[in-house]
Amino acid sequence: MKLSEVKEILNAEVVAGEEFLDREVKSAFGSDLMSDVLAFVKDQALLLTGLVNGQVIRTAEMMDIKAIVFVRGKKPTEDIAELAKEYQMVVMTTDYTLYPSCGKLYCAGLVPNEERVD
Amino acid sequence: MADTMKLHYTVDADDFTVAGEASGAVKKVLKQLGFSSDIIRKVAVAMYECEINMVIHADGGVIDVEITPEKIRMIHSDKGPGIKDIEKAMQEGFSTADEKVRELGFGAGMGLPNMKRYTDEMNITTKIGEGTVVDMTVYVK
Repeated sequence: MKLSEVKEILNAEVVAGEEFLDREVKSAFGSDLMSDVLAFVKDQALLLTGLVNGQVIRTAEMMDIKAIVFVRGKKPTEDIAELAKEYQMVVMTTDYTLYPSCGKLYCAGLVPNEERVD
Repeated sequence: MADTMKLHYTVDADDFTVAGEASGAVKKVLKQLGFSSDIIRKVAVAMYECEINMVIHADGGVIDVEITPEKIRMIHSDKGPGIKDIEKAMQEGFSTADEKVRELGFGAGMGLPNMKRYTDEMNITTKIGEGTVVDMTVYVK
């Protein structure tokens, strides 16, 4: 799914990486726990989280995650957005909570390859 | 050995804003050296978790990284309080981290299990009141 579609489906506002909305994501992972992101995320995933701090961006960078959606209307501060821009990430924010955000994307066809942990 | 690259980093205490800089730097170096993304991710995640641990529990420390075409070894040394019960610390979900750490999305007891998950070899040497050394190796297959 293209990030521009993600933006539309979640009625999201782009706060960084507007120029990369053509990018494709193949799966998604929703979590507020960054250690679980480090444990379970696979390739080219979109991260949905309600946690807003610099470690979210750094965690995403470690996992080669190129797109993050902050849910529940959370807006990253300027320095967090700057860090994301440095890593050429797309960062969006949506007013939907985590469960409906994931549900809407899933229904629209963004289905992960692996739905269970090993 | 001529084809060993050695890197050294210092991790500052209690500064979460920079936690992840050393692992980020190593990730960049490995990318430039042409390692596969799979290997790079294993090293980056293991180092990142360890770096976070050093900030959370041990007032920072030092990291030495040795890179050869066959393996990447990361030695994290700190002068922190030491780990009381390693077996317990290795259990998923066991944590002694405080609320501040949890607010950052860590401290859920996944650190050491994640390091083990992503490395081929992991040895912990710890002494109460003196510090801990976490020695991890990822082999390039």
